[in-house]
Amino acid sequence: MVPLTAITTAPLDTEALVGALDTTGIGAVTTFIGLVRGHNLGRQVLHLEYEAYEALAVKGLDRIVSESLEKWPSARVAIHHRIGRMEIGEASVVIAAASPHRADAFAAARYAIERIKQIVPIWKHEYFEGGDVWIEGATADPDNAEARAQALKIACA
Amino acid sequence: MRVTVRLFARLRDIAGTGELERDAPGGATVGAVWASLVAEYPALSPYEKSISCAVNADYSRFTAAVADGDEIAFLPPVSGG
Repeated sequence: MVPLTAITTAPLDTEALVGALDTTGIGAVTTFIGLVRGHNLGRQVLHLEYEAYEALAVKGLDRIVSESLEKWPSARVAIHHRIGRMEIGEASVVIAAASPHRADAFAAARYAIERIKQIVPIWKHEYFEGGDVWIEGATADPDNAEARAQALKIACA
Repeated sequence: MRVTVRLFARLRDIAGTGELERDAPGGATVGAVWASLVAEYPALSPYEKSISCAVNADYSRFTAAVADGDEIAFLPPVSGG
């Protein structure tokens, strides 16, 4: 049984994640796959190492699924995020979103990735040609209504 | 009382460890635990304005009181995805 949300060191399996969704009454499934990019801010990336506060990160993913259902009640969302060392081109995150019609599936998947970047305690350590750096994005605050509204706005654009 | 402090990413690098056991006075807040950590590792200080905190794996606030045995986590800005 594949869980709807997970933080795992294992390679991600998009098909299995889609299979985890209940597709009763569903007319559309979208998947988003985030890949390790070979260049960032002008740097030649060699590989990435992801770290998580796992106990809180899984709760964060669960929260994003709940928020999605609040906004799109007939949608179903599943999210798996990988941690540990990943090479260029490997999938670091997979999101599957299903809904009766395509618009909600696209929007829910987009919402989920925007929220991951805002509130889930996961960090990228980038190893590049000539050095390494921790990537630091957003200060995580799930109760920040402005950030949540911003994610919704992007999802519904 | 005794608390466990968890540090991640760059904060972990600065302290040289991801987990510390520390004494805290009764009634101490998360903010007080952070302040004593900064006294020990001054290089953490610039993170004061950008970190989040969690108590027992739930997001919390600097003003929250901590209890004996709590796990207090300090989280630099996140970069998942």
